Amino acid sequence: MVKQKQETANQPDNTAFTQQRLPAWQPIISAGIVIPGFLIIGLAFIGIGVALFVTSQSIQVLEMDYTGVDKTSPCNRCTDPNVKSCLCQMDFSIDTLFKGPVFFYYGLSNYYQNFRKYGVSIDYNQLFGDLSYFTSPSEKCSPYQYDNNNNPIVPCGAMANSMFSDTFKLFQIVNGTNKEVPLDGKGIAWWTDSNIKYRNPSVTPLQMAFNNTVKPLLWANPAYQLDPADANNNGFINQDFLVWMRRAALPNFRKLYRRITSGDYTQGLPAGNYTLQIAYNYPVLSFGGRKTVVFSNVSWMGGKNDFLGIAYLVIGSMCIIMSIVMLIVYAKFRFSEEE
Amino acid sequence: MLRRLNRLLGGDERRVDSRTIYVGRQPGSTNEAFIPPKFCDNRIVSSKYTVWNFLPKNLFEQFRRIANFYFLIIFLVQVIVDTPTSPVTSGLPLFFVITVTAIKQGYEDWLRHKADYEVNKYRVTVLEDGRRISKESEKIKVGDVVEVVEDETFPCDLILLQSSRDDGTCFVTTASLDGESNHKTHYTVPDIEKDLEMLCATIECEQPQPDLYKFVGRMQIYRNNQESVVRSLGPENLLLKGATLKNTKKICGVAVYTGMETKMALNYQGKSQKRSAVEKSINAFLLVYLCILLSKALVCTTLKYVWQSKPGQDEPWYNEKTPREKETNLYLKMFTDFLSFMVLFNFIIPVSMYVTVEMQKFLGSLFITWDKDFFDPEIKEGALVNTSDLNEELGQVEYVFTDKTGTLTQNNMEFIECCIDGFQYTYRDTASELDGFCVTDGPVSKLPQKASTEREELFLRALCLCHTVQVKEPTEQDQGQGGGLLDQVDGLGVDGEVLQPPQEEKGFIASSPDEIALVKGAVRYGFTFLGLENKVMKILNRNKDVEMYELLHVLNFDPVRRRMSVIVRSRSGDTLLFCKGADASIFPRVRQEEVERIRMHVDRNAKEGYRTLCVAYKYLSAEEYAQADAGLREARLALQDREEKLMAVYNQVETGMSLIGATAVEDRLQEEAAETMESLQGAGIKIWVLTGDKMETAKSTCYACRLFQRNTELLELTVRTLEDGRMRREARLHELLIEYHKKAVQDVPPGVTRSWCSDSQDYGFIIDGASLSMVLNCSHESNSSLYKNLFLQICQNCTAVLCCRMAPLQKAQIVKMVKNSKGSPITLSIGDGANDVSMILEAHVGIGIKGKEGRQAVRNSDYAIPKLKHLKKLLLAHGHLYYVRIAHLVQYFFYKNLCFILPQFLYQFFCGYSQQPLYDAAYLTMYNICFTSMPILAYSLLEQHICIDVLLENATLYRAIAKNAMLRWGPFIKWTLQGVFHGLVFFFGVRYLFSNPALQNNGQVFGNWSYGTIVFTVLVFTVTLKLALDTRHWTWLNHFVIWGSLAFYVVFSFFWGGIIWPFLSQQRLCSVFAKMLSSLSVWLVIILLILLSLLPEILLVVFRNPFAPRPRQAAAAVTPLSYKHLKEHE
Repeated sequence: MVKQKQETANQPDNTAFTQQRLPAWQPIISAGIVIPGFLIIGLAFIGIGVALFVTSQSIQVLEMDYTGVDKTSPCNRCTDPNVKSCLCQMDFSIDTLFKGPVFFYYGLSNYYQNFRKYGVSIDYNQLFGDLSYFTSPSEKCSPYQYDNNNNPIVPCGAMANSMFSDTFKLFQIVNGTNKEVPLDGKGIAWWTDSNIKYRNPSVTPLQMAFNNTVKPLLWANPAYQLDPADANNNGFINQDFLVWMRRAALPNFRKLYRRITSGDYTQGLPAGNYTLQIAYNYPVLSFGGRKTVVFSNVSWMGGKNDFLGIAYLVIGSMCIIMSIVMLIVYAKFRFSEEE
Repeated sequence: MLRRLNRLLGGDERRVDSRTIYVGRQPGSTNEAFIPPKFCDNRIVSSKYTVWNFLPKNLFEQFRRIANFYFLIIFLVQVIVDTPTSPVTSGLPLFFVITVTAIKQGYEDWLRHKADYEVNKYRVTVLEDGRRISKESEKIKVGDVVEVVEDETFPCDLILLQSSRDDGTCFVTTASLDGESNHKTHYTVPDIEKDLEMLCATIECEQPQPDLYKFVGRMQIYRNNQESVVRSLGPENLLLKGATLKNTKKICGVAVYTGMETKMALNYQGKSQKRSAVEKSINAFLLVYLCILLSKALVCTTLKYVWQSKPGQDEPWYNEKTPREKETNLYLKMFTDFLSFMVLFNFIIPVSMYVTVEMQKFLGSLFITWDKDFFDPEIKEGALVNTSDLNEELGQVEYVFTDKTGTLTQNNMEFIECCIDGFQYTYRDTASELDGFCVTDGPVSKLPQKASTEREELFLRALCLCHTVQVKEPTEQDQGQGGGLLDQVDGLGVDGEVLQPPQEEKGFIASSPDEIALVKGAVRYGFTFLGLENKVMKILNRNKDVEMYELLHVLNFDPVRRRMSVIVRSRSGDTLLFCKGADASIFPRVRQEEVERIRMHVDRNAKEGYRTLCVAYKYLSAEEYAQADAGLREARLALQDREEKLMAVYNQVETGMSLIGATAVEDRLQEEAAETMESLQGAGIKIWVLTGDKMETAKSTCYACRLFQRNTELLELTVRTLEDGRMRREARLHELLIEYHKKAVQDVPPGVTRSWCSDSQDYGFIIDGASLSMVLNCSHESNSSLYKNLFLQICQNCTAVLCCRMAPLQKAQIVKMVKNSKGSPITLSIGDGANDVSMILEAHVGIGIKGKEGRQAVRNSDYAIPKLKHLKKLLLAHGHLYYVRIAHLVQYFFYKNLCFILPQFLYQFFCGYSQQPLYDAAYLTMYNICFTSMPILAYSLLEQHICIDVLLENATLYRAIAKNAMLRWGPFIKWTLQGVFHGLVFFFGVRYLFSNPALQNNGQVFGNWSYGTIVFTVLVFTVTLKLALDTRHWTWLNHFVIWGSLAFYVVFSFFWGGIIWPFLSQQRLCSVFAKMLSSLSVWLVIILLILLSLLPEILLVVFRNPFAPRPRQAAAAVTPLSYKHLKEHE
């Protein structure tokens, strides 16, 4: 017995792993599985594609450029940088009911929110309510770190500084009078942004926290006065601010401004004439940008986007064509095999 | 005398190749101020680092690797320049790799330190001025007399002065040096007085050199008022450091080489590093990717400045520059931008690839060691892997150079027959004829004719005397019984019937099994060699008398002379020279009239595949002997060119002999040698047999191994064919080469792979050493290269090539020639003996067989296997799989990093070339380390695209991967295009999705990090699923790591986005992943893009198989258009 043990001492372990004989499945991509597989995938994709396409087509979108490049455009006069606090109006009409809830977006084009330097020009510690960073903002905010009098800017950085400052009011023209459409500014930003990611300093009143600091240079009001109507919508958890602080992925983007959910407009915007009153503050012509407003309703797939539906349809039909081609090849192959 | 000595030492040129050592007192009282030469102390330093230099030295060595250096540069750029990604992203993986390597090397070095310390502090006994002093081993100086007791290892290289054994010998094992565990005998220097205190001598010997088996020196012993005596020193007097004293109570020796100058230490210096062809491919691909990287960075930088030149783009009001940025020089800005882009895209060359490749090689080699098919119950050992760098090279072998003896054959010699004076004596090992071997009857009584008894006995005496065999030392108990051995052997001699093979096996020890076979053969005929004691050889003759012969000289065997001789003096005072050797080396040295009778037998035996030796003798007259003796002694004392001088004397002495007879010894084929050779040939591997043996013997072995078939036409280029015509040899050589070339190369229609089409004519080529050296060293320069080319072309068109009568160096020459020939084919050498070492080292892959001829081949090999038959599995299964695995690993790594970085590159076009990273830093860092590394590692360890049994059965499958098939530019471009396609799909798919970033039914929009995360998610899933598609062998481990990696990615992403990380300055990924998954559109786009990316892959797999012309067997194993085939192995 002992001797036997010695003999096998040197012998390699005879386990499935060491002998590379682990039980294994060898999947073979064969016609028998590929052809029906492709067929099923193709059909499923076409199904999804049709659903997506139909949904996308059913979404109503109304997009209006109000940059005012055109001389005839109502906002043209506001493009002059010397004009301060300019108001302009855009009239439009809706033929059929614009089904609600209607979402009111503003869009910017050729605007690079995804510049690297722009993106890092932010101090999260400030925005997390850390008061020590109010007095000495992060170096990354430069050149929006201190104002000319060397006062710390809160919130600092290019991103906060360049917050979108146009405001809109929507009126339905009912019998010649302007009836204001109530715009709901709640829940336009991510829930996590306002509840987890950004925080106001726990100082009451909020204004006390901003002592010895200055507002960003381009802002009309300091952070604690962003929403005079709702005290809880101020500071860093102001919804508009949060929407702005979520950087857009591409240079042409839209951001959610308001939702139209209440009053007479719960079912949507009824057909009729409307006036959009714009407080035109935000300059974009210097870098060749454009500003738009977009009214849109959404579906389960989000906003209107034909791409997904078309892509599904194309790939679905490709799968089906492939399965047919394969069937033919298979039949031929089998035939020649048998011969 | 002294002056001469001083002159010898004084001359610088002398000091270069010899050293002088003083033993005991200084020779005489010298007035000349002589400074004893300084030698290094006996401290062994095998460690590389000390505590102080570890960090700088190790880091320096690590950063000498080009890849590490590249990552260091990237890291430094990140630290210095304001770059898009934080230094952590590339610093962390680099730090990890460097640290792990440093820890590993540090640990290994610590072990070496510990071992060194143990060796250096070992207490040894040194004799100084007559006292025995205990010293630490490291304090031994050259010239010290050291005492070593049994089972101790020698602390330095010693010249043996005194042994406790009476006959002035001692036994050592060199197991730790060369792995040979048998006992070797070493001899004291003759004429040393017993009292070592009084010894006064100088030793002159060569400077330290690493060859374990070479040593020349001489010792000059001074006696009081007497002329000094000079004795020659050879390897038999030298005890090597590291060897262990056995069977001897104690010895004394003088240290000649110490510390780092000992032969063992000199042998530490590693072998030359062999690099695999795959590594060369990796480097080429790396270069391509480096170019891609540079051009990407260049394109982006250029476009950035073109784009910025448009008004308003450079510095929009919302993103003003800092004053410092404004001041910076434009060109400096361009340069830093370029560097930033480099950093942004540097992940295209992943540091983790090197780690993974290294791990794959190391872990993969374990499977070879673990393979129980390589375990040989006889020697109780499995395969041994000395370098794991060459695993994949095993799958690329095109030429196998094999030794014959011990490799193709078992090297287990059996005495078959002999012929004495032309009469044949056959020994049949069958019971019925055993009685024929009774001593009284004589072995030849049944044969009709026989030689005279006198000649018979002379022949048998020659067999008994002419060898270097030792009788195995009896064990302790046997010694107690006194003449136990004698009785035993005596008994054997009388009754041949009770001959016990095991005892017989144990009886003799020799370096060559031929000699044992011959001595054993002699035993069968009644002459038993009893051993060598005090230079006296004892033989038990047929009459059970002990004959004594004084051994005067041994003219050692060497492969050039191919013979050995002994000079003995019999009791009666006759001086005899017995010589045995290859027929070709004996026949010219004997009287010609004797040759013919014997030649017939020799040729016949050789044809049957036996190893033949001829035995000759001559009487030496007193003058002749005196002359020979003087010549030999002089040559042995020579310090320079000793070998040549000895050779000359040997040749001079071994002349004018008379031939007595010849022997035939059978060397049986290795197990499954023929099958192995056949399947290797089937795999498209050309097999060359390189042997030192006779042509006829080797040829018959080749036939037996089925290297040559019945219908193989043999093209012979040997001394015999060269001497055929009346032409000069050179002219004949030229003619033959042209003729063979015409036959084998030109007449073959191009495009036909001839070697395995059964209907076309097979050629076998035979060349011998002499002809080869004519081909290689042709007198005319112009012809030389022509001949070489012709020779190579002929050989390449032959199924098998046999090179016989090769000297070891010629073997290496041939390997080198083939290795450097057109297309630089991958060569493999396999051998078991010291004579194969040169070719094992020369070939791309060297394989040692753990055979009977010691361990040198194993020590120098890259892989060692117990038997030849294991070569088949090693190449066809392991080699094939490793090649496929590593090739896939490399291609996959480049692919997955290309499609990782391409979206990031494309994103630059949409972010104003601002070096905005698409992915979060965590993803950038973890992509290669955590998310995608484990599945490919598991794949590269476990994949069996064709299962091992099928690979072994169908050798032709090996051809599919020949010539680095999976790592050529074609597949590389295919993979690259795939990577590009995937990258484009990922990026633009998401780009079009984001044409409306409102992707949820609550109307909220997604930002740039969502964009990146969606791309990244598609990326991780696609590359992992692509690997899953490529995996043909799903073990639970594959399932675990593939699905585990994906699950880990999802869990990690939730975790990473789910918590506010206090150490991060920005929480940009906060809840991005969770938010992303709450959008149905994102789900749909992820599914769509993954499927779209993999669609071509699936189609390729489906369509490739039916149209590709594949061997039938392969098609049967993996029929593409068959039903789903789920195979479970046992």
